[in-house]
Amino acid sequence: MTGAPAGGSRRGTAVRGGARSRRTGGAAPALLLVPALVGLAFLLVPLLGLVLRAPWGELPARLASPEVLGALRLSLVCATAATALSLLLGVPLAWLLARSTFPGKRLVRALVTVPLVLPPVVGGVALLLVFGRRGLVGEHLHEWFGVSLPFTTGAVVLAETFVAMPFLVVSVEGALRAADVRLDEAAATLGASRWVTFRRVTLPLVAPGVAAGAVLAWTRALGEFGATITFAGNFPGRTQTMPLAVYLAMESNPEAAIVLSLVLLLVSVAVLALLRERWMGGASR
Amino acid sequence: MAVALVSGLAVASCSVPDQDATQVGDTSRSAVVFAAASLTEVLTELGAEFERSHPGTSIDFHFGASSALAQQIVAGAPADVFASASPEPVDQVVDLDLVAEPPVVFAANRLQIAVPPGNPGEVTGLADFADPDKVIALCAPEVPCGAAAREVFALAGVDAQPDTYERDVRATLTKVRLGEVDAALVYRTDVLAAGEDVRGVDFPEAGRVVNEYPLAVLSEASDADLASAFADHLRSPTAEDVLRTAGFDVP
Repeated sequence: MTGAPAGGSRRGTAVRGGARSRRTGGAAPALLLVPALVGLAFLLVPLLGLVLRAPWGELPARLASPEVLGALRLSLVCATAATALSLLLGVPLAWLLARSTFPGKRLVRALVTVPLVLPPVVGGVALLLVFGRRGLVGEHLHEWFGVSLPFTTGAVVLAETFVAMPFLVVSVEGALRAADVRLDEAAATLGASRWVTFRRVTLPLVAPGVAAGAVLAWTRALGEFGATITFAGNFPGRTQTMPLAVYLAMESNPEAAIVLSLVLLLVSVAVLALLRERWMGGASR
Repeated sequence: MAVALVSGLAVASCSVPDQDATQVGDTSRSAVVFAAASLTEVLTELGAEFERSHPGTSIDFHFGASSALAQQIVAGAPADVFASASPEPVDQVVDLDLVAEPPVVFAANRLQIAVPPGNPGEVTGLADFADPDKVIALCAPEVPCGAAAREVFALAGVDAQPDTYERDVRATLTKVRLGEVDAALVYRTDVLAAGEDVRGVDFPEAGRVVNEYPLAVLSEASDADLASAFADHLRSPTAEDVLRTAGFDVP
């Protein structure tokens, strides 16, 4: 019912071509607008709760404390390293899923998304069972090279990669499927090898998808808690990232936990805004 | 094995008290007990026993972290009895005048060293926790078992060198079960509950840092007589046996 006037205006503006884009860009039908605003409020109201309850006076002192700075630095370093590792392994994996054919591909695609549905704590236990001191792989690492992964910063990066990489793979695979394969074929007929085609044609075509996937993976890695605390443990300066610090602060001092959450939020929003400005400025408009 | 470990990780379930668990017959009475997660096994056993010896009654439990339970009681949750794992949560309830009579300590827990079977790190006492070559897990100082561990190390004059501060006592124990650490400091009841997966090593300072479990009947109790009767049951010789078997001290 509410759709009728909107449909009428669309028909009317279609005649005057120039006005069309401005009109459709301005007025959203109520059927879309209402749930959209409810959705926005649902996402923002908890954030508002944090902002309103935060003891703002404590913020500068908290920010200056070495523990918080250490946790923040560790969070940023590990999330970035996890994103780099996800790019290195995830883009080729996405290419394999989108462009090649092999038996059991559907199953592989489903398995890649398992970390998305697995409770992160279970993911952490699974990592321990494989890379732990008594794990399937970890046992040999420990025996042959004296390497023990749990409770190290490397373990934080692995845990975050495990949880974040599927976001990148799904995003890049979608972009690859949407990209025009004929451009790849044209490059091939002009004599480009498969690697050159991938690097010079395919990759630039799906760059926005890769960027979006990397941002998703980075944010997911930054907020990672369950797999990290289970696989990497919690030690200040080595494995205690911001979400772990927030969780433990919650036990004894909820106010401090709110301040720490806000610090993490502000930093991640600032980094994302900067990235968007620099790399996706045109795309967002 | 993985399945057992995963289920062991799950935080003690929070069974919602069933308010409508009235039995057939007009003599049915019920009481709701809010209790610390570490009491899950012993209180479930003692509750079933109480129901058997008092036909027509039903004792319902709501287990959780003591601090969270105290907040729920303060916020008006329908609790008749509160059994906490440390004095502070009960103090919150007492401060607001919500108890029928002063709380009494009915059980106590002490720390014990937990090592994987075979004791790969050859841990024999608290002094081994200062060895940087051993992989050590402790509870974070923010949670009760971590605070107790800190106190024990201060008393013993040991400068502990942990590799991780775990979020709670069960997560700490999981690291031992998986064999990822050489030793951890947890409660004696947790070591006993873990059975074959974990071995306990006693140390002399443990008796000097005891974690007390207070018990209070709440003033808002819907059936004060039944609540008091169950509280008395928790301090009976039968209860004492069950608590001691689980590794608790009884004052």
